[in-house]
Amino acid sequence: MSTSDKQTNPEIRPFWPPLVAGIALGLVLLLTFVLSGHGLGASGAATDLVAGVGLQVAPEATKANGYLGPMVADGSPLGSWLSWEIVGVAIGALAAAFMAGRFRVQLDGSCSVGTSKRLITTLAGGFLSGFGARIAGGCTSSMGLSGAAALGVSAFVFLALFFATGLIVSRLVKGI
Amino acid sequence: MFPLNDNGMVSGLLCGVLFGYVLENAGFGSPVKLSAQFKLTDWAVFKVMFTAIVVAAVGLWLMRLGGLLKPDSIAVPQAALMAAAVGGALVGAGFAVGGYCPGTSVAGLFSGRLDALVFVVGVVLGTIGFAAFYGAALKSLKAAWLIAEGDTFTDAYAIPEPVMLGILGFALIAVFYFGSWFERRGTGTVTAQQALEGAR
Repeated sequence: MSTSDKQTNPEIRPFWPPLVAGIALGLVLLLTFVLSGHGLGASGAATDLVAGVGLQVAPEATKANGYLGPMVADGSPLGSWLSWEIVGVAIGALAAAFMAGRFRVQLDGSCSVGTSKRLITTLAGGFLSGFGARIAGGCTSSMGLSGAAALGVSAFVFLALFFATGLIVSRLVKGI
Repeated sequence: MFPLNDNGMVSGLLCGVLFGYVLENAGFGSPVKLSAQFKLTDWAVFKVMFTAIVVAAVGLWLMRLGGLLKPDSIAVPQAALMAAAVGGALVGAGFAVGGYCPGTSVAGLFSGRLDALVFVVGVVLGTIGFAAFYGAALKSLKAAWLIAEGDTFTDAYAIPEPVMLGILGFALIAVFYFGSWFERRGTGTVTAQQALEGAR
């Protein structure tokens, strides 16, 4: 079953084929390595946000924290490369969605599992993801994608467990 | 000689805009599309990731061969294998339950998805939770199964880089071959139209 037997809306442009998107992503990743010396990331921006806002709201507690303290020793990490990169991701995704007629405000999954359950699954998923990324020292972008391109051993361990656990959990919990 | 080690605002914004643009165009703003990877009905997540890994890894290798890139100048994640395993499992579980990972949730939010906003809040709360619980237990977890010899396959296991690239190339072909086989058996890949209609 493909698009041919479904109602198609010409306003909505199709997604790029995986091979095209993969080559484009690989070139963006290569450019990132060449420019910055490291790969792409995402969860680290949440860490910079927590450390930076923490320094404003609760400076003593943040400086005393074993994990956040060293990060704010040289000042706020809010203007870090990763913070700007995530602002860029937001702009890039917004532009792509608008240009392809794919921007739509919705609570995705509220029809399939109900609004209240969807709010719980997405919040719980985010928490697991944020906590797990801090244990690994990165998420799918930095550990999985960038780490694997740099041929890091830990990246492939990360990806193997990411896939195996996701496969099992998606059979136990219907989150979307 | 590269890398430029430019960690300023323009460098960050440029890489981020391109990253976000590709993520949304790949369909990775949609949790329906993303979670279909774990239902094995749409393999776009692994097809795109493995293609990107091979393109970037071969590009880095060629640039080093051509003398354009300094050796050992690219950041490699530390080979702390216990942390990578536990963290990978939790991020995978979060992906299965929530439908996103941290990066794709930003792409989801900026293609209009409010559930992605809640996921982002969850990521921030998870980060705060980690910092709050950071102590002896989490420190020893992060220090377990550490490979002392090095972080890359070449340094840790003496596997030459061209051999690793060959293995990755083979894995890429396998992902496309078996992924497409699963996609033909299943209900078909998630189109942009279906992704916009949301999960039903």
